[in-house]
Amino acid sequence: MSQTKAAAAASLQPDAELDITDVVCPMTFVKVKAALDDLDEGQILAVRLNDGEPVQNVPRSLKDEGHKVLKLSEAADGTYRLLVRRAPD
Amino acid sequence: MAIDYKALKNGGFMRQKQKDHFSLRLKVVGGHLTVEQLKTVTAAAEIFGAGHVHLTSRQGVEIPFVKLQDVEAVKAFLVEGGVDAGVCGPRVRTVTACQGSEVCPSGCIDTLELAQDVSKRYFGRTLPHKFKFGITGCRNNCLKAEENDVGVKGGLVVAWTEDLCTFCGVCVKVCQPGALTSLEDKIILDRAKCNHCGRCVKSCPTEAWQGRPGYLLSFGGLFGNRIAQGRELGPIVEDKAALFQAADAALDFFQAHGRAGERFRSAVERAGWEALGQAVGFGGQS
Repeated sequence: MSQTKAAAAASLQPDAELDITDVVCPMTFVKVKAALDDLDEGQILAVRLNDGEPVQNVPRSLKDEGHKVLKLSEAADGTYRLLVRRAPD
Repeated sequence: MAIDYKALKNGGFMRQKQKDHFSLRLKVVGGHLTVEQLKTVTAAAEIFGAGHVHLTSRQGVEIPFVKLQDVEAVKAFLVEGGVDAGVCGPRVRTVTACQGSEVCPSGCIDTLELAQDVSKRYFGRTLPHKFKFGITGCRNNCLKAEENDVGVKGGLVVAWTEDLCTFCGVCVKVCQPGALTSLEDKIILDRAKCNHCGRCVKSCPTEAWQGRPGYLLSFGGLFGNRIAQGRELGPIVEDKAALFQAADAALDFFQAHGRAGERFRSAVERAGWEALGQAVGFGGQS
């Protein structure tokens, strides 16, 4: 079952992509928030982020804002890919 | 009549270098003052002081330049406005705390409520030397628990529910001690590695991770003439009664083993960490 869940989440098609590997806190979260604001409720954003502080804090900040983190996975280049579903307004 | 400087000091009046002037230490619990109390402090500093206050290193407030002849008047004025004088000398001092779970997203415990409970139980109790409690809400340790004679650090005792888990991968990544392993159909928690930071709970998007608040206790911290880190002696304590049992025992231990003018840590080092561990109910761990 879990494999299904994980696979299903990983195969989700994002509606938008965002790269925040060129900024640091608090701009990491600000950029993600702004990108989510441009989406409609239920749409999915894929975020490319660095290991370390961004990976530690961005998913949690998104949760606190009510958005739904779907998947966090490591990319081949050492960055991470976060899929998040936009919350209702 | 000779002035009893010691009695004044015990009651929070700290003798200044300027003759017959005192810096009046106020009672502050957990760094929390209401606006009404601040107004009282402001007025007292204007009327009896020199128009300013000093914020101490342990979240206290002092009103400097109170004159000897105003000691009783300023005390009455403050009490009227809901502010008490602090203490100095060989006794339990100001209980410090961060903002904790009621305000801070990282907080695992209600630090203010606990600081008030601790203060109510111990504040001003006479011991062989000064004795400090510090309460911090989580492992970020903004309140520096281990620099206190007894430090309390909030943590979470965590548990995972498979049905709610989407295997998103966040918890495994945010777990700082690396206590989590994601397998095909479950997430394994290595309890020996878990440091109760609660990051899994705080970041889990589906509530699959839940945590019960608990207290990690450290003993014997010093950050003055001598600097030494308080030692965590036992496992996380989940209820307040057990916390107070351990703290009661630590104070009794200090009373029994401490020499006048000697800090808690020195008494523990002479009597033995194992003896303290047993006294506070954590076996002989050290």
